[in-house]
Amino acid sequence: MADNKEFFNRRLHSFLGVFPIGLFLMQHLVVNHFATYSPEAFNNAAHFMENLPLRILLEFALIYIPLLFHAVYGIYIAFTAKSNLKRYGYFRNWMFMLQRVTGVLTLIFVVWHVWETRLAYAIYGTEINFDLMADILSSPFMFWFYIIGVISAVFHFANGLWSFCVTWGLTVTPKSQKFVTYVTLGVFVIFTYMGIASLISFAF
Amino acid sequence: MAEETMIKMIIQRQDEPEAQPYEEEFDIPYRDNMNVISALMEIRRNPVNAKGEETTPVYWDMGCLEEVCGACSMVINGKAMQSCTALIDQLEQPVRLEPMRTFPVMRDLAVDRTQMFDSLKQVKAWVPIDGTYDLGEGQRMPESKRQWAYELSKCMTCGVCLEACPNVNDNSDFIGPAALSQVRLFNTHPTGEYHKAERMEAVLDEGGLQACGNAQNCVEACPKGIPLTTSIAALNREATLHSFKSFFGSDHHV
Ligand code: HEM
Ligand code: SF4
Ligand code: FES
Repeated sequence: MADNKEFFNRRLHSFLGVFPIGLFLMQHLVVNHFATYSPEAFNNAAHFMENLPLRILLEFALIYIPLLFHAVYGIYIAFTAKSNLKRYGYFRNWMFMLQRVTGVLTLIFVVWHVWETRLAYAIYGTEINFDLMADILSSPFMFWFYIIGVISAVFHFANGLWSFCVTWGLTVTPKSQKFVTYVTLGVFVIFTYMGIASLISFAF
Repeated sequence: MAEETMIKMIIQRQDEPEAQPYEEEFDIPYRDNMNVISALMEIRRNPVNAKGEETTPVYWDMGCLEEVCGACSMVINGKAMQSCTALIDQLEQPVRLEPMRTFPVMRDLAVDRTQMFDSLKQVKAWVPIDGTYDLGEGQRMPESKRQWAYELSKCMTCGVCLEACPNVNDNSDFIGPAALSQVRLFNTHPTGEYHKAERMEAVLDEGGLQACGNAQNCVEACPKGIPLTTSIAALNREATLHSFKSFFGSDHHV
């Protein structure tokens, strides 16, 4: 193991998918959900996050660097697989391929989303608030782009939790793996609902 | 004599390892309880294709003819399985035969599974008993454990699980589920257990355990019903503990 980095890299990739990226995703969707109460509620929640101490450090340590590693290595992993769904159309094989497809979709979405919000703020000083999102999402194209992006990201995270449990040896028996399939289905439904509800509140 | 029932077979052929594959159709007279191998034997007896042209006999591999050697594995109607136990009556027609392309094709339906045997060597899938002195009798194994281990020992290195795995291909050096499950078997053996730590190191080498992406086709495809995904997850748990111990340190050896 000593001179082989593959094991370490794969475990790091798996770990970062949940801590911190997955936790951040959940946090992000919870903050966004305040938009369903009122624009002010969202702005307050967003400002609370913006005013956390050491914001830049937190962003780099908990989001940018882990996400960059996970995404780059994830693309590599995704393209070493060869789909055989046509011949072996089992449920888990579908989840396996969807994990890879949603990873790539999520990457496209996240790059655009960060460009439009966080980078626009850093470069042009664009203020990040309810109105910015309402403006972006008033275009039907962008609205559906965000819908697909959010569903992809949430699916990828929820199904990723399932494989995280296998990767670390938490769920060994088929029974426990099946149980966690239902748990992660629940995670998928809840966070997809929250994400879409927020997008609708911004847009309409 | 009543008119003969014919079965139609479409076989993907390849004359030699580097040659282009091509398809050839055959009409074969049906007999009761025929399996895919007896159909292939019929072609060998009378190598004439569906167009009535004389052709070379289709080549395939076989050994035991009772699903214990694994040599006759091929892709039948899209799924990898043993041709000796694939009954014509249970197959949709036309019956399509292809070699398992995960492996290098030698000729027609015969493939070279050397990589699987190399993987077994890589992960030390044996119980070492040779030494400079007589080790005496081994420990006895509890019956319950023996029965459980017996299930894992049924693996015949047939390659069906590798053919079914989306992560075993030219882009990856993943050794596949079969060898991983054998590690669990040999770690269970009272004497084999002595080499648990060494096997774990070997299993975490390039293309080892970590290259599994949990598509879980292997466990569906294995003709022996070996709990491959349970073995992989169990090894994952051991690997987690192993890496903690080797990083933080531990007095717990083997
Ligand atoms: C919203 C951001 C993301 C989150 C929350 C996330 C989360 C996760 C989690 C929890 C896993 C499971 C790890 C495991 O199997 O043990 C995972 C796996 C994976 N992720 Fe991501 N991920 C994100 C973005 C991406 C991106 C941008 C890519 C790029 C293509 C990607 C590609 C992959 C791949 C290929 C796997 C499967 C790894 C395997 O099965 O070994 N992910 N992700
Ligand atoms: S585990 Fe099953 S499918 Fe894989 S090689 Fe062994 S017998 Fe064949
Ligand atoms: S000939 Fe041995 S498994 Fe079919």
